[in-house]
Order: sequence, then structure tokens, then C-alpha cells
Amino acid sequence: MNKIDVADIADIAKGAAILGAGGGGDPYLGRLLAERAVERIGPVRVVPVSDLPDDALVLPVAMMGAPTVIVEKPPAGDELVRAVAAIEGALGRPVTHIACLEAGGLNSMTPIATAAATGLPLIDGDGMGRAFPELQMVLPTLDGIPCSPMVMVDEKGNTVVLDTVDNTWAERLARGATVEMGCSASIALYPMTGKAARAALVPGTLGLAARLGRLVTECRAEHRDAARAVAEEMGGVVLFTGKVVDVARKTTGGFARGEAVLAGTGADDGAALTLSFQNEHLVAARDGRVVASVPDLICVLDAETGEPVTTEAMGYGYRVTVVGLPCHSRWRTREGLALVGPAYFGYDHPYLPVEHLARQS
Amino acid sequence: MHIGIDVGGTNTDAVLMAGDRVLATIKTATTQDVTTGIRDALDGLAEAHPFAPGDIDVVAIGTTHFTNAVIQASGLAATAVVRLGLPAAAGIPPLTGWPARLRSAIGEHVHLCHGGHEFDGREISPLDPDELKRVAEDIVACGVDSVAITSIFSPVNQEMELAAAEILRAQVPWLRISLSHEVGRVGLLERENATIVNASLLPVADRITGAFHAALVKVGIEAPLYLSQNDGTLMDAEYVRRYPVATFAAGPTNSMRGAALLSGLSDCVVVDIGGTTTDVGAVVGGFPRPATTEVDIGGVRTNFRMPDVVSIGIGGGSRVVLGEESVVGPESVGLRLHTEGLVFGGSTLTATDVAVAGGLADIGDPTLVAHLDRARVRRCLDAIARRVGVLADTMRTSAEPIPMVLVGGGSVLLPDSVPGFDKVVRPENYAVANAIGAAIAQVGGEVDRVFSAADGSRGDILDKAKDEALRKAVLAGADEDTVRVVEVEELPMAYLPGDAVRVRVKAVGDLVLGGTR
Repeated sequence: MNKIDVADIADIAKGAAILGAGGGGDPYLGRLLAERAVERIGPVRVVPVSDLPDDALVLPVAMMGAPTVIVEKPPAGDELVRAVAAIEGALGRPVTHIACLEAGGLNSMTPIATAAATGLPLIDGDGMGRAFPELQMVLPTLDGIPCSPMVMVDEKGNTVVLDTVDNTWAERLARGATVEMGCSASIALYPMTGKAARAALVPGTLGLAARLGRLVTECRAEHRDAARAVAEEMGGVVLFTGKVVDVARKTTGGFARGEAVLAGTGADDGAALTLSFQNEHLVAARDGRVVASVPDLICVLDAETGEPVTTEAMGYGYRVTVVGLPCHSRWRTREGLALVGPAYFGYDHPYLPVEHLARQS
Repeated sequence: MHIGIDVGGTNTDAVLMAGDRVLATIKTATTQDVTTGIRDALDGLAEAHPFAPGDIDVVAIGTTHFTNAVIQASGLAATAVVRLGLPAAAGIPPLTGWPARLRSAIGEHVHLCHGGHEFDGREISPLDPDELKRVAEDIVACGVDSVAITSIFSPVNQEMELAAAEILRAQVPWLRISLSHEVGRVGLLERENATIVNASLLPVADRITGAFHAALVKVGIEAPLYLSQNDGTLMDAEYVRRYPVATFAAGPTNSMRGAALLSGLSDCVVVDIGGTTTDVGAVVGGFPRPATTEVDIGGVRTNFRMPDVVSIGIGGGSRVVLGEESVVGPESVGLRLHTEGLVFGGSTLTATDVAVAGGLADIGDPTLVAHLDRARVRRCLDAIARRVGVLADTMRTSAEPIPMVLVGGGSVLLPDSVPGFDKVVRPENYAVANAIGAAIAQVGGEVDRVFSAADGSRGDILDKAKDEALRKAVLAGADEDTVRVVEVEELPMAYLPGDAVRVRVKAVGDLVLGGTR
């Protein structure tokens, strides 16, 4: 993939929403934002992570906030361009490349719109290879790359520049400011050199998202099982097919946590799968036994259409297929698991890769 | 007595009912002229079961007129779109993602203005009366007289939409205005789209309800006129003239509601087999289970609740290739079944012919299918039942046994037992279940809003929402003694401290009928 045109965007949004593992925002809204920018300004140039020069200044951008608020109060349109300028002001040098921080329906799209608007090339990669709920949960944190200076911008013209002692503090302070900004903020963060980006970013995310999106569209047209095709493409596992029979949600600590219970259909008749989520799906347990766990990706797809289902959208009666996909290998290291493993999210089960768990059953 | 009428694309079905009892049913062809079609149906009913016009308490009509007007982009009013929320949301202006045909049908009169609220009720920016006066001038200059006003977070706070409407109306008194908080739920673009579609349908609504009224007057019926909404409840003609968009998808809803009433089952899977397709839906507590996905209407994305329906291409008119492994559908002779099917003397083997050959139906001339291979006919019918059974199974939400109700003219294809379902019910009058669904006189009220901790404890918030939904149902004409809450949904909003929660409550009650007879 060396450029992104209007025709590519719907596929990338869909594929990225799969990689978003239930989070990462509304792919429809994201798609409209990106399509509009590319329609008006032209295709976005895409650069592989490996082609980054050492001295490049790479800047990931995203939106932060409550998905339900963002779909009611979409951005004004120029926030991220202002955020890029504010980072340039703080660092005293021009940004050379825009990057994607997380793969998700909305946050794969905001960098495309920003790259179009600024005329900067976009890097084909992202900071985690999936979506996670908190700012410090990115591979650059494992490399010691600071989140600061981080810029937050709202539609009213407010700009907040954060300079924090560590990336967890950035999350804490930014979360509070986001609420004051009306629960949606546009953010630019983790500015890094090309050399650092080559080591820290997950390569090929946009190309992968486009491939997955196309795969789902093709499967639907050919009446093939999209979920199985996605699992095969990613070296993952089809975990379960069933109907959502209960969704319990509660808000604690500023996050939407909850559990969904699925009753099996077809081959899974008689079994139950419990999905636990904090914006993204964290744990899938079949009849009480963990079959996939964070940081592996637990993705829920509409059983009929293969369209990804976000945790926000998941409701009673939904007929879905759940797939488990292996996460980036660095998340499976001791340091990776300390940042985003089951224990961080309050679970006491040990992490085992989803493909190992599948072999055990 | 009351009358239910379902105006479909091809047929208009009508029923005369006394309470839950069906007195007469009639199927007529849908006519180009709206008044004539309804009058034909009413005349047909009177012929089948004579009644005095004064004996009719209510006439309820389910219609596809409004859906078709949008799909065909015909008869829609030029509509100005006013969004309150600047500087927010300008990144995706109104009409983004609309099909070109619909955009040009309503014109591109888009106005982004200041106003709107945050999720917690703070103002994004104050309303600017001068800005709105300039909008009014532009509206007059363009000769537009329908307006859709959408303010950010108006489901939480309606003030800005109401104030903006007042300012515009003071400048242009003849404006027809649709306000988004009265039309849709949280989700700006989808709610705005529904509001624009609604505003553009206002003249169609005047015309159609006028034509319905004219038909009743011609027959001498003075009873109030109601129309079916997508959630299975009724709205009066006056309401339809303000919210025509609420009639969308009333067809499948009515068919499922009718099936539930005819079978006496408030929880069931409904299989509606027509000429070309089989639609399967689930009825929970007497109402169709709503779909969870966003719904496109004529290519415009809205967030209306539509019934959850899955379909396959098997119907009474499906073409069949009979063999060791028979092929049924998806091609269908459709309306021409009565001339092309073998049992009607035609030359095309259809699913209906196979059902007759297998002894499931007594239609046309059975001797014309006597030559078909018995064993293949049996296997073909088994395969149809199996496919419908698999589809119907996906609609179940628990392992508990649930009965299946068969309706629609094509339901003769199925035997009395379907794999996976212990109990299969084939109610009387199954062919006009949709008109019967329209005749079920219930009305509802709904609340869908974001509440914050400032609104009180969780219990207080739910009570507040329930009271409001009940009040809305009574205002819509529900009998106070029968009105009850049928649905409560809570959705805590991600990342928010302060326990903001989106609450949706629906209340429904029996319609107060004029004189009970």
C-alpha cells in the first residue's frame, strides 16, 4: 500500500474495527471524516515503517473520549491540524510523518484525515496492533518513548499541552481534561524520531486492515463464513458462534466495563461464552474456562454479515461469531504483559496465547 | 368494531374485527390512486360482513407510501437543514453520505449555526438569533418551506431546537419544521438524517392522510384514523402529519404482531412466507424484537428501531428443479404463480406445485402434478422445512422451546413439524396477518435520554424515565388503566466519571376506543 484513496477507506475502517477488538470507535463516523478529507484534498501518501529516515519526526494522532459522545458531537474538522501545529511549536521543529496510534474504526481514520489536511505522508503502522483503553498502553511505552509533549485540542479552540513525568500520568491528566472538553478531544502524542518509530511501531497495520475489510466484503458477497476467513488470515481461532442473551454494563473508574453472555448456536449449541470488556474485549470464557485473554485480540463479528461489532453496539439478540487473534509478539513478553496483561485489568488467570488455549481444548 | 388495513406494494389486505375476533378479511390489488384503493378494501369488507359505518370505532392503516416516497425520491419537499452546534461537528456537514438522487430531491440548503449542548448539559456555544434570522432570509429566498433543525445533544436538552424554531417561525410563519429531539435518539448524523427525511415527507403526509380521510368519508366512516408505526404501536393521523418517518418498516412489524395475536402467543418465532421470500422474526412480549444494527432507508443511514428480520429466497412462487438434490429458489415467478404454476395449468414447476404434489396444500388442480416423483417431492419438501428451520433457529435467544407461527400465503410449503421446533402453529386467517397486526389498537410513549448523576440515584433516574414514558403513552391516546412499561435499557457511557447513563424506556397501552361495542 503506497497511497490511500477514497475507495480504500471503507475497507480500512472495517478491517481496523476488527483489529479494534470491540473498541477504537465508530467505523462509520471515522469513514465519513476520512473520505471527506481525501475527497477534498486528494489521496494520502503512505510510507512503510521500515522506510522511515532516522531523523524523521513521527507524530501519532487520535481521538480520545466516550464513543457515545463522539457520535453525537463529531469534531469541527481542524482540531488535529491544530494539534500537529501545537506539537511543532512545543518541539520547535516540523513534523514529517503522521502515524496511527491504535487500530480501530475511528482511530484508524483520524490519521488519514490529518495526513490529507496537512499534506504529510502517513505511516503504514500503528502503536499497538489493536486498540487498548488507556494512553500508556502502546508499544512505544515499552521502548521508553515518552507520551509528552502531548497536545489535546477541542472544537472550541482550546489547546492543552501536557508535559508529564511518565505515560501513566499522561493518561490520568488527559482523561480529566477530556471530560472538561465535553468528553471528546483530539490528541497528538508520542512524537518520536524515525529511528525510534521503526523499532516501536507495528508495521503494516493499514494494509492489513484494508485486506481484512476486503475479505469480509468478499465473504459476504460469496456467502462464505467471514469470521473463519479472518481467523485463518490472522493465524487465529474461531472461538464461538452464538446469540447475545445478556449484556450487563456498569461505569466504574470512568470506564464502561461489563460482561456479555452468549448462548451457543450450531456447533456450539448448549455452551455459553462470557465476554468481559473495558471498552475493548478483555477475556472470553467458555463455560467458565478462559479461551482467550488480553492482550490477544477478542473480536466479535456479526454472524451473518461479518461486520465488526463494537462493545458499545453489542445488544441483546445479536447473532455473532467470536474470534481470537494473536496479539503482537511484544505484548507477550514479561514487560508487555505487565503493561496490558490480565493482571493489570484485575484478573487472576495467567496469560496463555489464544492458539495454545485452542490446542488444549 | 375496528378495521385494519395493510397497504403493500402489490396487495391491500383488510380485516374487520370485533375485539380480537376476525369478522371478515379481504385482499385487493393496491391501486395508484390512494383513496380508491382504501375505498375498494372498505367496500369489500362491507360486502363480506355488512356493517353500519357508525359501528366502526377505529380504522388503522399500515402503509408503505412513505418508505416508497423516499426510496423513489418522489414527492419530497425541498428542505432546509439547520444544525446547531458550531464550532463542533462542522467536520461532517449535514447530508454527508446521502445518495445524490435524494440530495437533489430535497436541495442542498444546509446551514451550520451556533448552539448545541455538551453531554452534561453545558452549552457548546450560545444560540445566535441574528444568525438564524439570516437563515430565515435565505430560506425565503430559496422558496423552501420545510426545515429540519438538529441541535447537538438535543435528546438531553431540547431548548435550543425549540428556540431556533421560534425564531425561524417568527420570520417565516408558514414554515413546516421538524425538530430532531422529537424524531430520533442520540447519534447526531443518524438523528439528523431521520429529521431531514421527516421534514421532506411532510407534504406527502398531508396528501396521504388526506386521501385516507377522503376514503373513510366516502364510505361514511367517522371513526378516528390511525397509522402503524415501526414499533407496532399506532399513531393518530395528526401525529403522522408531523412524524411521517415513524411509519417506516411497519409492514413486517404488523405481520409479526398479527401472527402473535392470531396464535395467542406473545413469545414466538414468526415465519412469514410470501411469493418470493421467507421472512423470519421473533416476537417477545407481543412485540417484534428490534434489530440492533443501523438501518438504511433509501441509502440514508438512520438510527430507527426496525424489527429484527432475516430472510431467505424461498416462497410459494419459487422455481424448483426437482432432482435427487432439488433446487428451490431464489428465482420466483412471484405474482404470476396463478398463471405459471403447474397446478394452475402453467408450465413452471414452483414450490407451491411441490407442496400440492406432497399433499401439504390443496390448491389448483392436483392431477397436473400427479406425475412428479413421490420420493423426490418428499425430499424436496423436507429440504425446504430444514432450511426454514435452520433460519428460524438463529432467531431463538435461549434454549427454551419456543413455538413457531406460520403466516403468509406461501406458508402452505411447510409441514406441521419443522426441525428444531416442537410446536408449529398455523393460525386461522394466516394470509392477512399483516392487516390484523395493523388492527391491534395499542399506542406507546418512549424516552431516550442521557442522564447524569445530578439527576439523582439510579432508581430515581429510572423512575423519572418510566414516568415520562407512561405520560407520553397516555398523551398519545393510551388507556391509563392498561398502560405499562415494556422495555427498559440502560447504557452507561464509556470513559465518563459521574455515572452518566443513557436510558431508554418504552411504555405501551391499549388505545382508548370511542364507544365500546
